Amino acid sequence: MITETTSRPGIWSLLPALFAASLFGALLLALPAVLAGGTVQFGWDWLPALGIRLSFLIDGLSLTFALLISGIGSAVLLYASSYLAGHPHYLRFFLFLTSFMLSMLGLVLAADLIALFVFWELTSVTSYLLIGFVHDDPRARRNALQAMLVTGAGGLALLAGFILIGVAGGTWDLAELLAGEGLQAHPLYSGILVLILLGAFTKSAQFPFHFWLPNAMSAPTPVSAYLHSATMVKAGIYLLARLHPTLSGTAAWEVTLTCAGLMTAVMASLLAIRQTDLKTALAYTTLMALGTITLFLAGDTPYALTAAVTFLIVHSLYKAALFMVVGNIDHGTGTRDAESLGGLARKMPLTAVAAGLAALSMAGLPPFLGWMGKELLYAGAQDLSPAALITGGVLIANALMFAVAAIVALAPFYGPLKRTPHAPHEADWRMLAGPLLLGALGLLAGLLASGVQPLVDQTVTGSFAQSKAAGLHLWAGFNLPLLLSALTFLLGTVFYLNRSRLRLVLGALLERLPVFDRSWDRLLDRFRGFAGWQAELIQTGKLSHYLTVTFAVVGAVLLATVVLRLPQVRFDLSAPVVMWIIAAAIAGGAIFTLNPHSRLANIAGIGTVGIGVALVFILFGAPDVATTQLMVETLSAVLFGIAMLRLPGIRERRSGRRQLVHGAIAVSVGLSVTLIILAIAAHPLDRNLTTFFEENSYLLAHGLNIVNVILVDFRAFDTFGELTVVLLASIGAYALLKRRLPRGEAD
Amino acid sequence: MNSLILSTGARLLTALFMVFSLYVLLRGHNAPGGGFIGGLIAACGLTIHAFAGGVAETRKALKTDPRNIAALGLVAALIAGLLPAFAGTEPFSGLWGEIAGLKLSNILLFDIGVYLAVFGGILTLVFALEDTLK
Repeated sequence: MITETTSRPGIWSLLPALFAASLFGALLLALPAVLAGGTVQFGWDWLPALGIRLSFLIDGLSLTFALLISGIGSAVLLYASSYLAGHPHYLRFFLFLTSFMLSMLGLVLAADLIALFVFWELTSVTSYLLIGFVHDDPRARRNALQAMLVTGAGGLALLAGFILIGVAGGTWDLAELLAGEGLQAHPLYSGILVLILLGAFTKSAQFPFHFWLPNAMSAPTPVSAYLHSATMVKAGIYLLARLHPTLSGTAAWEVTLTCAGLMTAVMASLLAIRQTDLKTALAYTTLMALGTITLFLAGDTPYALTAAVTFLIVHSLYKAALFMVVGNIDHGTGTRDAESLGGLARKMPLTAVAAGLAALSMAGLPPFLGWMGKELLYAGAQDLSPAALITGGVLIANALMFAVAAIVALAPFYGPLKRTPHAPHEADWRMLAGPLLLGALGLLAGLLASGVQPLVDQTVTGSFAQSKAAGLHLWAGFNLPLLLSALTFLLGTVFYLNRSRLRLVLGALLERLPVFDRSWDRLLDRFRGFAGWQAELIQTGKLSHYLTVTFAVVGAVLLATVVLRLPQVRFDLSAPVVMWIIAAAIAGGAIFTLNPHSRLANIAGIGTVGIGVALVFILFGAPDVATTQLMVETLSAVLFGIAMLRLPGIRERRSGRRQLVHGAIAVSVGLSVTLIILAIAAHPLDRNLTTFFEENSYLLAHGLNIVNVILVDFRAFDTFGELTVVLLASIGAYALLKRRLPRGEAD
Repeated sequence: MNSLILSTGARLLTALFMVFSLYVLLRGHNAPGGGFIGGLIAACGLTIHAFAGGVAETRKALKTDPRNIAALGLVAALIAGLLPAFAGTEPFSGLWGEIAGLKLSNILLFDIGVYLAVFGGILTLVFALEDTLK
């Protein structure tokens, strides 16, 4: 794990954080325009022929996300500059994290579906690099690959979904799409919905794709704080919110989102309280939050959507802060096991303050923003159906969150001081600034809710096309949400006090449920097994097999063509005597090649055929082709000679049946090629191209030798491709041959 | 191969092949020939050389690995192809100029690239085979 370092990071290590902060500042410039009810759009043509643009759209929704991403990004980058100080891959880490931040900003700001998809994939790739950052740990590599494969598979579905949207909506542009009527009545709607939900659910780890997210905790803590609070996992949520006006409102949308969201939220909060590892517990609470937001996006009323947006902001603020707090504990004590921590408040007072602020918001206590978030959840749940079930689910999840908040923020800091791997010490300012600031923001935003209200309003009315947004109030009177809140605190306290017994009961219950993570491993093993089986079937490693298959396919295809098309064949035997002599030589050479006793005779036979063909070219006035043919024949005779003369003598090892098969393949290839050539000769030659080159060779390319002019001028690009092939083939052969040399002889 | 006749003849033949290959390369634009054929002829010339005196001798005479020659050819062809892009026309199109009455173009450079790539590519193969199966 992280070891203590004496080297202080230089002032330059603040640069990434400053960069993120300047992005945050730049985005703030768009705030007045968005709050006034407008949008900011800019972009460039990317593939004009396909109508694809690299364009961006800043409205309430995308600005909310972008501010969270860049704001929390600055805090995390500042935090990481100290957390990873002295790490051998310090710079690499910042490269990855900054690239991830930019991809994520691109994703939420993109106004073009294809551009959005590209950024989406970029976040998958950069998060793969981040989750697997501790790459000498096989678990980290495995978990990174799992996240990559799950989200990548979802990404493919998403691409297909986007293309269908493009077809159905007639545009790639999100602004146009959102201004349109929506696609709910379009015949492609069900296909679009399935594909888009696959993409969003895998990315945001909704049930049944939830299993990769807790594993992603093998990343360094700043990554967890970033990817699993404000970003990566919120990408799917963003997509659902973005396409809400276009796709929501149908029974399929409501039922799917409600089921997946509720299932994820309740299951994750039950799993969260079971954990004693603080970071894993937080990972499961992230799942709970994602499930809750998905659940509320199922609705289409001001209360449900205001609840979703507010809870999103609340969660991002406290979750990033808590991850950083856990990082501080881990860094300062050497452990993050809830059971072996206690009394840290005296040794780490500022971390304790940050933890307290964030945890109170997470628990949903007034006057924090979390309180309003929770009130809105209860109010919004009444607009969803079935309201009773959803209210119950949200109540249980919130009560469990309350208990987990206490486990993370109370247990390690209060009570008697326990022995830890090393003596606890407070973190430095870089690791305190972020969590303190984010925790304080949760409190400030609660006290001054009027500051957050306008952006929430714009998101709900602008991006979700609702008539109005629900208000954020500290005191909304005596109503159902207030009663439910009181019940939450009561239940939460009971859960917290009985957490040991609860863990036992849950443990026994969960033993009986299938473990998705293990099923994933089995699936991957089967897939590898299948790939291996297929490779062994096709790649035998024997040259004779490859040749048999290749020529069998060629022969079958050609013969099928001949049989199906029955071309007109004209046998014209009138030819000058010279031609007959050459033809006889070629045929003689071909027969001679079949000599089963001498390799030298085989080579000579092939050479005779080749030189005979060259003579034909000369007779038909193609000296270039003839010379090339002669040279190639000479060189191949030499190469064959070098190779074959060193092989042992020929001995027939094939069974009679194999010989028969090979003979049949040879005959069918020879016969069908002959028939096809005769068929071609029966048609008059199309002289269009010939005439063009004859007329333009000198005019356009200043050359009289048409063959050469075609090679180096008219078709220069093709020739360049062929040169690459020549080079690659020779280097490939070189590598293969050198590999056979004993060690030391290869240069 | 230890043959006095071959090794004596090879000196003459290799020189002839090399000169002829250059001649074929340069005349290619208006008469039969060109970079491709030229490269093949040159490769044949050096193959004879390698047969007569051994690959080690030929390598020494060549001064550089044939892979470098092939790569140089590819780069030359690429530069020739990209030059027109800088002159404002399409890549891989012709660009003609006249220096002291001699018409020159990027096409010639491209053809030289073809010559070198074919020459180097085939020699790489011949040398590798000879080395391995000695």
